Amino acid sequence: MSNWYMLNLIGNDQSGIVAQVTSALYKGGSHLGETSMMRLGGNFTMMMMVNLEGSADDLVKIVQPIADKLNLHVHIDSIEGRLHQHIEPNVRVTVFGADRAGIVAQVTGVLAESGMDILDLESDVGGTEDKPIYIMYMEGLAEDGIEALRTALESVRNEGIDVDVEEIETLIG
Amino acid sequence: MSSLEILKYPDERLKQVSTEVEAFDDALRSFIIKLEVTMRAGPGGVGIAAPQVARFEHIVIVDVSNKPKIKHNGCMILVNPEITEWDGYKIGREGCMSVPDYTGNVMRAERIKLEAFDEHGIKREFECEGYEARAVQHEIDHLDGLLFLDRLVSRKKDLFRRKVYKNK
Repeated sequence: MSNWYMLNLIGNDQSGIVAQVTSALYKGGSHLGETSMMRLGGNFTMMMMVNLEGSADDLVKIVQPIADKLNLHVHIDSIEGRLHQHIEPNVRVTVFGADRAGIVAQVTGVLAESGMDILDLESDVGGTEDKPIYIMYMEGLAEDGIEALRTALESVRNEGIDVDVEEIETLIG
Repeated sequence: MSSLEILKYPDERLKQVSTEVEAFDDALRSFIIKLEVTMRAGPGGVGIAAPQVARFEHIVIVDVSNKPKIKHNGCMILVNPEITEWDGYKIGREGCMSVPDYTGNVMRAERIKLEAFDEHGIKREFECEGYEARAVQHEIDHLDGLLFLDRLVSRKKDLFRRKVYKNK
């Protein structure tokens, strides 16, 4: 029976991780769905929907040898995998300002209260070590409209954080 | 009237470069009516190019007039269209009837001027901006065998690029 798993791999970044891991998965008879892979603070993180005719133990057998070789930590969850279920975002929110603890909690708290469902979020720390800046990019579905978000975010803006809310109007041509 | 079948990526025919229309006759006008019906039947339904229905000629229809609060030229029948001026850049989200269940960010000129013939062979000139300009560029790309997938840009870069433009 064909099953979906969420496979997470994390370890020190090194050249060739993606090629070696996905090659092992392919040779082991599995098939990839949607994935997200990114270098975060010197670590390489992989999150993959993996389809396999087999159990979670079978997937461990496929992936563990290469994970050991590359010194990657493995985590596997059985999931209800569904492809072709994309939700189209209607809003893009960008946030940036001097880094401090609590920016994400504050901004996303306001957004959640104003009816935004986050579909995608990436954030990063730039600037210099003594003056770091925080940058966050989100796409989501504003269920109560864009203006509700803009109004609610005024409180965040007043604290010196730059917030830009832009409507995403997808053109299907 | 029933819709024409839309070619879907990875159909190689979507990469074919189309040729200019030479005869402005009843056969052309009849095809344009079918093309418009197909466009309006699709999701979004704001634009269509003839190669999407396997007719490899320079024929495009764009009609964004159902979108609220934007400037538009109504229903534009564009035969042998040619963009003559480009101005500004903006990233926006695009999808395509030929690429179901995927959308991505694409950079397009914000304002364009174009020349085209209507279905009777009369030369027309248009000025488009914003969403309509985006739709026209998306559809004209199909005539050159290009999909929005050929022009995807990273989402992260959007933030920085947009700031640069504001400072110009």
